[in-house]
Amino acid sequence: MLHFAPWKSALVILACLAGLLFSMPNAFYGTVERANDARAEMETGAGGAALEAAAGAWPSWLPSGLVNLGLDLRGGAHLLVAVAVEDVHAERMDALWPEARQVLRQLRDRIGPFRRIETDGAVLRIRLSDPAGGEIAAAALRELAQPVAGGLLGPGGPDLSVAVAAGVLDVTLTEPAIEEMDERTMAQSLEIVRRRIDETGTREPTIQRQGADRILIQVPGIGSAEELLGLIGRTAKLTFHLVESATGDASTRPGPNQITVEDAEAPGRFYVLERRALIAGDRLTDAQGGFDAQTGEPVVNFRFDPAGARRFGEVTAQNVGRPFAVVLDDLVITAPTIREPITGGSGQISGQFTVEGANELAILLRAGALPAEITVLEQRTVGPDLGADSIAAGETAIVIAFAAVLVFMGISYGLFGLFANLALILNVAMLMAILSVIGATLTLPGIAGIVLTIGMAVDANVLIFERIREEAKRARGAARAIETGYERAFSAIVDANVTTFLAAVILFAMGAGPVRGFAITLGVGIVTSVFTATMVTRFFVAHWFARARPKELAV
Amino acid sequence: MAMKRLKLVPEDTAFDFLGLRKITAAASAAACVLSLVLLVALGLNFGIDFRGGTMIEARTPQAADLGQIRGIAGGLGLGDVAVQEFGAPQDVLIRVETQPGDGDAQMAVVGVVQEALSAEIEGIEFRRVEVVGPKVSGELIVAGAVAVGLAVAAVLFYIWLRFEWQFSLGAVAALVHDVVLTIGVFSLVRLEFNLSIIAALLTIVGYSLNDTVVVFDRVRENLRKYKQKSLTEVLNLSVNETLSRTVMTSVTTLLALLALYFLGGEVIRGFTFAMIWGVVVGTYSSIFVAAAVLLRLGVKRDWSKDEGDKGGPAGVQFGAQV
Repeated sequence: MLHFAPWKSALVILACLAGLLFSMPNAFYGTVERANDARAEMETGAGGAALEAAAGAWPSWLPSGLVNLGLDLRGGAHLLVAVAVEDVHAERMDALWPEARQVLRQLRDRIGPFRRIETDGAVLRIRLSDPAGGEIAAAALRELAQPVAGGLLGPGGPDLSVAVAAGVLDVTLTEPAIEEMDERTMAQSLEIVRRRIDETGTREPTIQRQGADRILIQVPGIGSAEELLGLIGRTAKLTFHLVESATGDASTRPGPNQITVEDAEAPGRFYVLERRALIAGDRLTDAQGGFDAQTGEPVVNFRFDPAGARRFGEVTAQNVGRPFAVVLDDLVITAPTIREPITGGSGQISGQFTVEGANELAILLRAGALPAEITVLEQRTVGPDLGADSIAAGETAIVIAFAAVLVFMGISYGLFGLFANLALILNVAMLMAILSVIGATLTLPGIAGIVLTIGMAVDANVLIFERIREEAKRARGAARAIETGYERAFSAIVDANVTTFLAAVILFAMGAGPVRGFAITLGVGIVTSVFTATMVTRFFVAHWFARARPKELAV
Repeated sequence: MAMKRLKLVPEDTAFDFLGLRKITAAASAAACVLSLVLLVALGLNFGIDFRGGTMIEARTPQAADLGQIRGIAGGLGLGDVAVQEFGAPQDVLIRVETQPGDGDAQMAVVGVVQEALSAEIEGIEFRRVEVVGPKVSGELIVAGAVAVGLAVAAVLFYIWLRFEWQFSLGAVAALVHDVVLTIGVFSLVRLEFNLSIIAALLTIVGYSLNDTVVVFDRVRENLRKYKQKSLTEVLNLSVNETLSRTVMTSVTTLLALLALYFLGGEVIRGFTFAMIWGVVVGTYSSIFVAAAVLLRLGVKRDWSKDEGDKGGPAGVQFGAQV
């Protein structure tokens, strides 16, 4: 009859206890969070009475997993940025030109004179005066190609392809080379963004790659996204160039191998610089904000690595008396004259800095330059106050929804309603336990998902109870009515929940951020509600029935 | 256990639901057409998720002077600026349209607006800022439409697998009906249509289906049980038998949603509104659309060869003993 196997009873009891145990830390959110933080800090070697006390506030033998609060609840900034991976392709072609020129010069007597033609995009275009030499030149340029590391399919072939048409040579990157380069660019960008954010000491940032050329950055609790943007939105590419001339005319055409760069402080003032950098910021080992010993102005002190120091010493020795420009992200910060060779490997950048500006630049230089420009596609910032308000509103809604449903079920189904209510409470406990254990993030829509689960979770029980009523009306025995009720309702429960679950899965796959949080709570809620409605209430009913042995059912 | 139970639906109802089908079909068709007309004529009040642009939620120390804020923000040369109250008199929502140019141009808007407002209104706080570039908003529209489409397709397939194709079409007709009416009501009341509304649409799809499947499950059972009854009779019987459950579940879900609507805060009010509407429409459609379509299509009555039905073997055996 209403037999409930002992192993099933054990399973139900275990599941319920685990649910209660693992959801419990969330009821003491603040205490547990502080204890967890204190323990993490003590692990790194820190100590002190305050830490000990915070850690001791929550016994270590209790579970301490918490539901992560999403940015919309705790406040924070969310940024989706795109990395201009194409920039790197063009840079690679520019860097190829000196090499290509050298190779072609050696063949001058066979191919005649040649010159580079400026183009947009990642093409190195070279025109030969005499088209007849095209194939010879192309063959020589093809020698410059290097094999691409390749992926699963073995070596990826050369990284360059050379096309010849009527004496014009077009050198371009091959598809596998572009892929490999983009991978590298993205990996570097991620690393540098991470370093920059770590430098600020922000807690628990999330920095993830998304798709081919995007990075998602989520930082809890940062005051404003502007701050974050100032920190990650800048390329921070630092180079040193020799200055040819200064001019006030933006339309000054630079000569070959020269570039025109605007002054950072005085818009409208331009410098014509040698395109080739004397040395670049990737040779820096350290940068610190500081003050000039004489003027007291904020400056950035930097130090090169040994190779960089040697190179800097050489070029400054060769160019004493000439001005050189410090260029940051295509703007000239300062253009002092080299008075004497700088051999110690360290120097100072003085521009019109504020103290914060100097410190920020130092952080950027320490963390390194981004390999390509970053643009922001999406920004969402929630202040901590609004987050706290949302949590409070969500909690109230959950409590009221809970109470309303409990009362309604109670007056509709009496004792059976009570069983369903107990199951509902266990259901929410299990839901929270699972979310805590898998480290899911709870968002505001996620709270909506919980409330919705509370409303819908009783559906399975309603199906069963209504079915038991019907069966009881057909004047079967009470036990028979219960048993049949459970059995017959089961197919409807499965079908109904699988379909909702499908919707949750699609939502999870397609959605982002908060919507995803909703999908997770909805999906997990469906699983736990089916379990509690079918197994847990059945467990209650079976054990109650075994004791009470009622002749008639009052469902 | 002498306590009087609350019964929202009397026992043993025998309403002739399907008898109303001419009226309800006309009403549903008219509502769907009206929704589509509204959609074409008025469009949707897309939020920045789908339209791109900037949204700033601010709180002022006293009740906000919307006209003043409109004047300040509108005078910055940023194009279309909308200012509205958001939940409470001190809270305002400022929306600025997408700026020409790339992502940085969008980001600059935030600083400009915040600076201008801070200068004029003392103690103004900025509680939330969202900026969505044109590229991302375009992608979000596509992803949202694909998600709803996929959900409908998945349902079509699942019901076809578990029932018969006629059931599948009936369920999908009900779903499309619900989604169209929900979009229609958003077009009518001009509530902001954003990403969370897509989430609500998908949940409505799930809920409406939940309801439909319960009715269908009973139809399938009764078709086996009462081989002599006409399809109309079987459908009416099934709807009546499940009526009590349908009402109970709708009420508990609505109770929870109403709590969320009134207490859950302004940010998710649109979402909850969509859900409440969806529950009402979904309940209606599982009776009057799904079952009516099933009746129109007719259904295979011989289930003896059906082997694929793993969900209800017990039900089949008990049914056979009656």
